[in-house]
Amino acid sequence: MATIATPAGSFRARRRAIIRLREAPIFLFLFACAALSIVTTVGIVLVLFEETYKFFEEVSFIDFITGTKWTPLFTSKQFGVLPLFNATLMIALGSLVLALPLGVLAAIFLSEYAPPGVRAIVKPVLEILAGIPTVVYGYFALLFIAPEILRPFGQNTAFSAASASVAMGIMILPLVASLSEDAMRAVPQSLREGAYGLGATKFEVATKVVVPGAFSGIVAAVILAASRAIGETMIVVIAAGNQPTLSWNPFDAMQAMTAYIVQVSLGDTPRNTIEYSTIFAIGALLFVATLILNIFAQWLLARFREVYD
Amino acid sequence: MSHAELSFNTRRGAVRKNIGRVFLAICIAATASGILALVVLLATVALDGVSRVSWDFLNSFPSRFPERAGIKAALYGTVWMMAFTALFAVPVGIGAAIYLEEFAPRNWLTKIIETNINNLAGVPSIIYGLLGLTVFVRVMDLGRSVMAGSLTMALLVLPIIIVASREGLRSVPPSIREAALGLGATRWQMVWVQVLPPAMPTIMTGVILALSRAIGEAAPLIMIGALTFLAFTPDDPFDQFTVLPIQVYNWISRPQAGFSDAAAAGIVVLLVVLLSMNALAILLRNHFERSRRW
Repeated sequence: MATIATPAGSFRARRRAIIRLREAPIFLFLFACAALSIVTTVGIVLVLFEETYKFFEEVSFIDFITGTKWTPLFTSKQFGVLPLFNATLMIALGSLVLALPLGVLAAIFLSEYAPPGVRAIVKPVLEILAGIPTVVYGYFALLFIAPEILRPFGQNTAFSAASASVAMGIMILPLVASLSEDAMRAVPQSLREGAYGLGATKFEVATKVVVPGAFSGIVAAVILAASRAIGETMIVVIAAGNQPTLSWNPFDAMQAMTAYIVQVSLGDTPRNTIEYSTIFAIGALLFVATLILNIFAQWLLARFREVYD
Repeated sequence: MSHAELSFNTRRGAVRKNIGRVFLAICIAATASGILALVVLLATVALDGVSRVSWDFLNSFPSRFPERAGIKAALYGTVWMMAFTALFAVPVGIGAAIYLEEFAPRNWLTKIIETNINNLAGVPSIIYGLLGLTVFVRVMDLGRSVMAGSLTMALLVLPIIIVASREGLRSVPPSIREAALGLGATRWQMVWVQVLPPAMPTIMTGVILALSRAIGEAAPLIMIGALTFLAFTPDDPFDQFTVLPIQVYNWISRPQAGFSDAAAAGIVVLLVVLLSMNALAILLRNHFERSRRW
């Protein structure tokens, strides 16, 4: 810069350099804030890995993933994770059976049919469901869904996988609906108009143009909902029961993976025992499962965005 | 086109229209069932719990006798924990968003941070509990304190605050930034004076939603050992504490009938707090969306 040679210019340049220097700590602070997320992830991985490593020094990995008995708190300890894994999977699948059709149909209504005024009211009302604490869903499952809704269908215990599933289905319904609706609205208007021009009815446009066009977005929504259901804790702790039984009957009481972690941490399990390590091994399994689902969903969403951008 | 063909076509058209009507009815029913579930849930809780909510209920400690049990300890604990969670999470969350939107170079490190934040948002809350148990309770030796709980909760809600704050910053048009830089402002002066103020409503909406998520979480705090039976309120951030959802969970899991009503009453209080926070967030958003200058 030419002005640097003059005294006034060099003064200004120095002043600017001082301001830059003063802003350096601000920049560092902001960077540290963002980098904290990396530290958090590394922390999670290290914490889970340390105890999981101890666990697998005593229990073989094959026994862990193929064993059908989970009795780490008994004197004759067995570490087969299948009863817990099966319970988590069944409850999550059950919730999707409810939330997938209802959520996608609601999304079609909101995106294709509802007048803007209706949509502006219905969408936030549905989203209230997503903001309700999960202990509340647990209460609802135990004291309303189980006795009032599921008893006629043959549930005769207070705790069951089915009542947890129904409550969880209600909880993830707005997630499925709202993400699917976003995907449907991202389908370009020109595709709809093209179909109308060829004589399609509104129903045909919705089911043959919009839903296929938004398909990967809808799949991503469902996967994210599944991941949420797998990691959900309080509903299964309260409503599904705490016996690790390997069963295919949704009306049986079961213990999900997250419920086991809570059960152990409510008791006085001392550190440096195998029981203490189990909750980290289960946590690691949970972390890996949800991470894979989330990454897959994000990949689908990114691909979907590329198609229409 | 012959007459017969034409009438066939109109008949087919009528069938297609009818299918459409049935489908619309199904879609409306699906949407309505979600709203119905919400109404039934709120009604159940209200019927069980509202009559139990009273000044005594808010101002009593838990008790072995369900009719005397109250939520004083849980209310104080919730307020303490929320205050410290906000203290940690709000500046750090907004700072991270400012870095990513306004300062970060477009390189691999930034990309990793962004992907990582997305993944953290999907990590189950109970995993944060395991992290808090190991790092804050044991390694940093904070014990089962308000501090340990708040730090855990802050990590949990950080991704929500970061995502909302980035959205807020992105809604400020680039021309504002260019004008500020053109007048000789430094990057930080530009952010602090020109970009942050108009982005604040969106950011605050995100902060409120993040805090309302934190108020309702029980699992991570059970992991770090927030107590379920506590007959005192915390005096400083290193005291033991309990929060509303944990108190509610504790009452639900007791067999005596009276406690489930106490749980319902606790839920009523929790929901009133949450719904008013949500309403505040929506009002804030609507108010500032209308008064936006661009």
